[in-house]
Amino acid sequence: MEPILKVENLVKRYAKRNFVGMPQDFLALDGVSFTVSAGTTLAIVGESGSGKSTLASCIACLETPTAGNLWFEGRNLIQVAESDLRKIRPQIQLIFSDPASSLNPRWKILEILIEPLILQGRLSRKERNTHAFSLLERVGLSSDIVERPSSELSGGQRQRLAIARALTLDPKLLILDEALSALDCSVQAQIANLLLELQSSLAMTFLFITHDLTMAAHLADEIAVMSQGRIVEQGPSTKILRNPGQEATRQLLAAVPRLPHATFPATQQ
Amino acid sequence: MASVLEIQDLHVSYRSREVRSRPVLSGVSFDLMAGEILGVLGESGSGKSTLAASVLRVLPPNGQVEKGAVLYEGHNLLQANPEELRQIRGGRIALIFQEPSLALHPTIRVGEQVRQVLAAHQSSPKNVLNDRAREVFTHLFPQDTDRIMRSYPHQLSGGQRQRALIAQAIACSPTVVIADEPTAALDPVTQAEILGVFRSLRESLGLAMIFITHNPALLSGFADRILVLYAGQVIEWGPAEAVLRLPQHPYTKALLESLPAISAENEKSRKNKLPVIAGNSSPSSLPRRGCSFEPRCTVRMDLCREFEPPLVKLGKLHIVSCFKYKE
Repeated sequence: MEPILKVENLVKRYAKRNFVGMPQDFLALDGVSFTVSAGTTLAIVGESGSGKSTLASCIACLETPTAGNLWFEGRNLIQVAESDLRKIRPQIQLIFSDPASSLNPRWKILEILIEPLILQGRLSRKERNTHAFSLLERVGLSSDIVERPSSELSGGQRQRLAIARALTLDPKLLILDEALSALDCSVQAQIANLLLELQSSLAMTFLFITHDLTMAAHLADEIAVMSQGRIVEQGPSTKILRNPGQEATRQLLAAVPRLPHATFPATQQ
Repeated sequence: MASVLEIQDLHVSYRSREVRSRPVLSGVSFDLMAGEILGVLGESGSGKSTLAASVLRVLPPNGQVEKGAVLYEGHNLLQANPEELRQIRGGRIALIFQEPSLALHPTIRVGEQVRQVLAAHQSSPKNVLNDRAREVFTHLFPQDTDRIMRSYPHQLSGGQRQRALIAQAIACSPTVVIADEPTAALDPVTQAEILGVFRSLRESLGLAMIFITHNPALLSGFADRILVLYAGQVIEWGPAEAVLRLPQHPYTKALLESLPAISAENEKSRKNKLPVIAGNSSPSSLPRRGCSFEPRCTVRMDLCREFEPPLVKLGKLHIVSCFKYKE
């Protein structure tokens, strides 16, 4: 399959100074390379500080990488002109872990949903509203809430709204940076189902960044394991789980909290 | 075994701008044995953090204990005077919060922060306090003890900060530690490490613990008993193994079923829909009477809408609140 995203030797160096003012650079990404095929999910897992979120910011063009190439649908995002980048950016959307801090609590839900369209100058006012309503339905939110502020929503509803906003501009790639980890277990399952549904109906590509290996194994076609700014191992989910080749992977796997093998009696009786 | 902490019929509510105050805990009763790890399992809004706060009476200003008793070694903490409470908080019962970077003072070295806790509880000479602080740190950081004690919180990693908080909590040798989601902000490797620290503390110091979490998988192989809270009520309480392996309450069952399993063998279920619990548990969607889980329950009966289910004893220790079961 055609790769939608190809990352080549991506390096991100943050300039830092130590306590006496000597430069002491921090290498957040140390030559990261991978490809993602269109319509699939790649999970990026790793410990805190392994560079997962820096990678997400670089791909979403929020940070400029120090070196390397980022190919999105055959175009190198590092070299394209700013005016072209403005057309490409809407196709890559980011969703963060804490929906409460990524949505303006005082804005009405409708305002949150149509703002991306206004910024991009797309559609007429009436069309924008219709679009917003269809998005709400798509993510499973009732359309009578559009006049309410986002602060009145529960955690799960807020994450649904964040997903709806990300979908406003018909993105091809959705970067989910710990998008499930702040949610309750039963809400995680609901949002995970929504993501699977969106992927199968819209053929979207997901980059699922997480430290929850269980959810990664459930949602992803491939898993890439990051450690100290590098991808140490990448492969199909089943292979990574069955034959972890690297110490970092084995450590992550060993640390996953597991339930005892449950023997559920049927809930329906 | 004797119980160190006993909660009896605890009712807590929060006042809000609306006229009616909102109940957050209604009739919670349980006990904690000496040296036991009790896992409290609940989702947002279930009242699990309110439970932690009401034991030590550190509720937010609009929170109020309506009814009930918190018995610590026979004394009712809800009637204790401020001086007795001061001795108990941190001295006999310690509380560990979720976010280690907020619970530590940013500009005081962590060694000094632990010494201050000791100084607040005992009037010993400085060198005695210093020795005790060092002893506690050696327990949690066998290597690098001195460097860690001299560090400021920002110089430590997430796991180290959590360890420093644990040092603070155990400094005065309490008998009970209440930990409210202590590992939620940590990655799985660090999380497993901190669970190991709690386990070894229980063995070496005989601490009893109330471990509050929303993740059932964390309690497996860690907690002795599990208390499941839903909408401020105990809906199931029993030995950890029994609750996780053979959950009885429809909510516990549905919650455990909604977790994806991790194993290379379940290739078939990968990318399949997970079973979910329909609806949500926000206060506005809870029924006014009857069982609070009734609107979301797949095995509800007419009875459930009208009456509150009683607590049914299934085994010696297993309790469930559901009309499906009879003693």
